[in-house]
Amino acid sequence: MTSEPGFLDGNAAAGDLESLFGADMTTASGQCQGCGRRMRLAEAHAYLGGPGTVLRCPGCEDVLLRMVRSPGHLWLDASGLDYLRLPAAAG
Amino acid sequence: MARAAVPGRLGARLRWLEARLTGRHDESDTARTLVFDVPGWPGHLPGQHVDVRLTAEDGYSTERSYSIASAPDGERVELTVERIDDGEVSPYLADVMEAGDRVELRGPVGGWFVWRPDEQKEPVLLVAGGSGLVPLMAMIRTRRALGNRVPFRLVYSLRDPASQLFVPDLRTQDPGLDKTLLYSRSAPDGWPRPPGRVTANDLSAGGWPPDFEPACYVCGSTGFVETAAGLLVALGHDPRRIRTERFGPGG
Amino acid sequence: MAVISRGFHGRARDKGHELPPGQYETTGFPVLSAGPTPAVSLDDWEFTVRTETGVRYRWNWQELMALPSETPTVDIHCVTKWSKFGTRWQGVSLDVLLENVESGAEYALVRSYGDYTTNIPVEDLLDGKAWIVHRYDDEELPAEHGGPARLLVPHLYFWKSAKWVRGIQLLDEEERGFWESVGYHDYGDPWREQRYQGD
Repeated sequence: MTSEPGFLDGNAAAGDLESLFGADMTTASGQCQGCGRRMRLAEAHAYLGGPGTVLRCPGCEDVLLRMVRSPGHLWLDASGLDYLRLPAAAG
Repeated sequence: MARAAVPGRLGARLRWLEARLTGRHDESDTARTLVFDVPGWPGHLPGQHVDVRLTAEDGYSTERSYSIASAPDGERVELTVERIDDGEVSPYLADVMEAGDRVELRGPVGGWFVWRPDEQKEPVLLVAGGSGLVPLMAMIRTRRALGNRVPFRLVYSLRDPASQLFVPDLRTQDPGLDKTLLYSRSAPDGWPRPPGRVTANDLSAGGWPPDFEPACYVCGSTGFVETAAGLLVALGHDPRRIRTERFGPGG
Repeated sequence: MAVISRGFHGRARDKGHELPPGQYETTGFPVLSAGPTPAVSLDDWEFTVRTETGVRYRWNWQELMALPSETPTVDIHCVTKWSKFGTRWQGVSLDVLLENVESGAEYALVRSYGDYTTNIPVEDLLDGKAWIVHRYDDEELPAEHGGPARLLVPHLYFWKSAKWVRGIQLLDEEERGFWESVGYHDYGDPWREQRYQGD
């Protein structure tokens, strides 16, 4: 086992997020409710492989977003984000 | 390029596509490249990745995310997989899979850690740690395929000569691409730089001055990325121009 | 229609033990984390039980070590579908820790160092069903597996066995934890396959 931090970049959650939102969310911007930091979701810290997908603020490590997928439902809690701003689809 | 990459297409839900292995070759003592034919592949941008799903006969299923190594090329997709000995997926991909075997792919995904040759005219600095070279190689290959003239510099940190990826490919002369290899543990005989971890001096000598405002792409293990991105910021690069991709020990 | 990857078996599994529905055996011990691994020094470590009336009971590390410990060997079942048989732990039964706690509460919210929480009925913490464990396989519990100490409630899905446990809040009304508030089951019995709300 390595002693490295156990997170990846938000990039690594791109597939999960896109399957939920229908658009690439890693280029979406957001603001952390906890510390006010603004970032692209690609820059968030992603904790994957557990019961769900967790994105945390790269500044304060507060939870920005949690996503859980069951056979019948998707749960999303993005209450750690003050806002999410998506680029409009080109063309 | 035959097909344009269309990331971020609103409303078009990602689907799992069936992919068939058509070829494979060793890249190093621990890494192997897998060539897939993926009917319905929508094309990709260099730097994007793909989710891979494996399903066993008894229904057990698991997923991993891998960077795409190849330049966009129709329905052909290449992944380069580093074997992690106690991993669950990488030993299968690297050792067991044979031509004709199938997996499912979902992608391409991610629109942040990408190089967009149509839009980006600034110089590019690629900083790779180990198998973090894979998505950066896709950028180099795309630049070459397009005959693009944007100046590129690659700083590639690797353990020792035997672990180098894409050896023939990196031997190719690409006009406007400068390459710096940094050996962390053992270097070839006569190599000017003693083995060691990446330093600010390496990134200064092998990279671009910050006032050139290059786009910096840093990919490797989480520890490598923390170090290298921190050094770039300390050298004066704007954090907003530094894009990172961390590789997990996912296996 | 699933695409089968010929020759893919996942990790070695299914050796004839009894598995809960939908589970597969693993011989490894996957590390699943929803956040950074907290650095907790034993000097600062404490475990707190707070009752529904606000009374607090506290143990520091030395006090925990001074309590009688047990060495349960149990099967564990993760909701991500792996099960691991015969895991060996050492720790203090919650029967010991809760013995003198005055409370009529039916629900507990377990809190960790970091921001993790999980909800468990109080009766599932009693009668030899739950421990605060600090050793695994005859070694100190590694931080990535929840050290210095974690909760062990093996009859429920393993997300209930909170890593880096810091305390238990006793409550009259159930309060949902980190995963339960985004769709995971409030109880989480692997034998009834209670993975998600509504299962």
